[in-house]
Amino acid sequence: MGDTLVVGSIGDARTLIPILASDSASADICGLVFNGLVKYAPDLTLVGDLAERWDIEDGGLVIVFHLRKNVRWHDGVPFTARDVQFTYDKLIDPHVPTPYSGDFERVKSLTVLDDYTVEVRYKEPFAPGLASWGMWIMPRHLLEGVDWQTSPVARQPVGTGPYRFRRWKTGEFIELVANPDYFEHRPHLDRYLYRIIPDQATMFLELSTQQVDLSGVTPLQYRRQIATSFFQTYYRPFRYPSFGYTYVGYNLKDPKFADKRVRQALNSAINKEEIIEGVLLGLGRVSTGPFPPESWAYNADISPAPYDPERARTLLAEAGWRDTDGDGWLDRAGTRFAFTLLTNQGNEPRQKAAEIIQRRWREIGIDVEIRVVEWSVFIAQFIHTKNFEVILLGWALSRDPDVFDIFHSSKTKPGEFNLGSYQNAEVDRLIVEGRRTFDQAQRTAIYRRIHALIYEDQPYTFLYVPDALPLVHARFRNVIPSVIGLGYNLIDWYVPLEEQRYSHWRLQP
Amino acid sequence: MMAYLWRRGISVLPLLFGITLISFLVIHLTPGTPTEMLTELNPKVSLEARQRLNEIYGLDQPLHVQYGRWLKRFVTFDFGRSMVGDQQPVMQKIAERMPITLTINVLSLLLILLIAVPIGVWAAARPQGVFDQATTILVFLGFSMPTFWLALLLMRWFGVQLQWLPVSGLHRIGYEAMGRGAQWVDLGRHLLLPVCVSAFTSLAGISRYMRSSMVEVLQQDYIRTARAKGLAEHHVLFRHAMRNALLPIITILGLSVPGLIGGSVIFETIFSIPGLGRLAFESAMARDYPMIMGFLTIGAIMTLIGNLLADVAYAYADPRIRVESQR
Repeated sequence: MGDTLVVGSIGDARTLIPILASDSASADICGLVFNGLVKYAPDLTLVGDLAERWDIEDGGLVIVFHLRKNVRWHDGVPFTARDVQFTYDKLIDPHVPTPYSGDFERVKSLTVLDDYTVEVRYKEPFAPGLASWGMWIMPRHLLEGVDWQTSPVARQPVGTGPYRFRRWKTGEFIELVANPDYFEHRPHLDRYLYRIIPDQATMFLELSTQQVDLSGVTPLQYRRQIATSFFQTYYRPFRYPSFGYTYVGYNLKDPKFADKRVRQALNSAINKEEIIEGVLLGLGRVSTGPFPPESWAYNADISPAPYDPERARTLLAEAGWRDTDGDGWLDRAGTRFAFTLLTNQGNEPRQKAAEIIQRRWREIGIDVEIRVVEWSVFIAQFIHTKNFEVILLGWALSRDPDVFDIFHSSKTKPGEFNLGSYQNAEVDRLIVEGRRTFDQAQRTAIYRRIHALIYEDQPYTFLYVPDALPLVHARFRNVIPSVIGLGYNLIDWYVPLEEQRYSHWRLQP
Repeated sequence: MMAYLWRRGISVLPLLFGITLISFLVIHLTPGTPTEMLTELNPKVSLEARQRLNEIYGLDQPLHVQYGRWLKRFVTFDFGRSMVGDQQPVMQKIAERMPITLTINVLSLLLILLIAVPIGVWAAARPQGVFDQATTILVFLGFSMPTFWLALLLMRWFGVQLQWLPVSGLHRIGYEAMGRGAQWVDLGRHLLLPVCVSAFTSLAGISRYMRSSMVEVLQQDYIRTARAKGLAEHHVLFRHAMRNALLPIITILGLSVPGLIGGSVIFETIFSIPGLGRLAFESAMARDYPMIMGFLTIGAIMTLIGNLLADVAYAYADPRIRVESQR
């Protein structure tokens, strides 16, 4: 027991009211202060958190959660089913500006059966619904009937989690201390300090003086700057696939990209290894679908199409694109094959990837221009209005493989997320079936089939999944990376007494 | 004098109104809304959820209605609440960050005056002399050097290699356990690099103004008279010439009043200082309309006050102006 973990973060939390939090810094802190009913285990299956267990009844229409007894809020008040009810009421309250209401719209009713049993009834079976109960549960006794905007609770959260909130100096740090009464067991590390260091270069200097114990580094820093004896002695580097992928998306409403063969050709003409080498210095892996490579949903039988410009030319010729006038550019019916590849500013890897792709596509006779647009303009004027030909963008992945919002044909309205207006009746059917199926084996089969169909259709050309590259100070033990990252077993991390750096600071019993 | 102030004060109001109206229009015409930025292309956030957010924040109303609402609150000095994240009142968020930005800017301005004024005076005493040329090179070196680059070099040198100073931030870890005196020393150590870097990169302006103003004054007849009387050179320079040469500096100081609360984004980001510059930048990127309006309006008010102060100070320092305004 003892010592402090100092985490370096680029951004500050925006809010510590769980159902309003949508940025990663807020999520980092809420994840330690609060608990959901369920959580993901390191193998990406759902296990109980505040819920001890649950029953799925009526073919998935009803989920009954059996809550843990003897869980207390940080202020000592017992946690009960009323808190779950309260959190749900706030999630669907039209006056609460929560971005998560969509997940709970399919809930028909939530009933408190007794203090430790909650029954959730859905309008139709909805398998991703179970995971949505990973939403952090908020304390009713503190937040009911209170204006969150003026209440101090908004900045001084009280939860059930392994760490208790101590203080938040805006833009500087957030301090948490171990919760001695945590229901799993008391965390070994006494204190968790979340330092906000907005610049990546400064972060590296802070690591170089051991003022930060855990922080992600860039591929360049990982490859070139941590080979020193200092870093070898004091830090352990980790590397595992992150939950996100970068892709090239085609606007299928554009006649140029309506033909599947054209998209397959564009895929064959991109050398993904080259992009990973050039942009990520090799710290990533080729992706073929919309799921994390380690997930049960990922179809490992799909091998990425090799880089093959000849095949690309053949496919394009089949689709009618040939260089008939001998000017070096492909044309069809008198128009040159030319378009703009659009990406957002402020993301260097994407811009570099766009340049590499531009070169490869030009080599097979396509006149590609790159346009880089500021993020909010990019979203407002190009993405939500679907005013683009080809985009280079990334999605963060959720733990659940449901891709309804991104690939179902009903989600093509302006402002929705099937950006390229992809339509495939079988994919539609499978996505809906995947949402209605609770059986793990059946779900696995469904999502692997979706993966195969999407890869065949190439509405996206999947490029890569970048690696997460955290450094952790070498004094911490029990740091075991997993598919879901590092922090899942934080309460088991410890520092041997003689190696503790912040031993002057002790948690008062 | 009071009548003059009153007249100036009244004439400022329509100007302020115009500034807020144009600012409001410009930031609302910029593509992107706070709710789009808040949800950052998160597919979990449905179109309906975003529309709901727009309704809660009144963003579904026509622009003139939104401006009317803003103006109505503004006349009671209520800037509303941030639309992003913790939804704290705009004034509270600004007030929270004001002290540190003000401290750094005032310290650095004092340091600049302390160094730049003597540099200007000495350089003007022997134009094109060795000292003049050397300081010219020095101040322009500072002026043209990228702040972030210099900052990172110094952080690396003093923070990592020599380990004399902390790299970034405002407090060391565990500072709350230290005594009051030690806490002040700790804060001073953290502020040393930021203040020096910010002063060094802005020496050029005031030192050059000081120099040219001095050169002009030194050609005046009364300086020749003073020298002819046989006064010591430093007496001539600092007693007789400098006082008059300081007049343009007063104007510049007046104009730098809004700059006192305007932090620098790059600078604050590099040194991990939670100042106003970062807050303003983040608000702009997040299209946090009430916050942006708060910054623009306060900036406008400070600029107007600064101009007024400069005029008043000028009148105070220069009897000729006082006399003319009384005629």
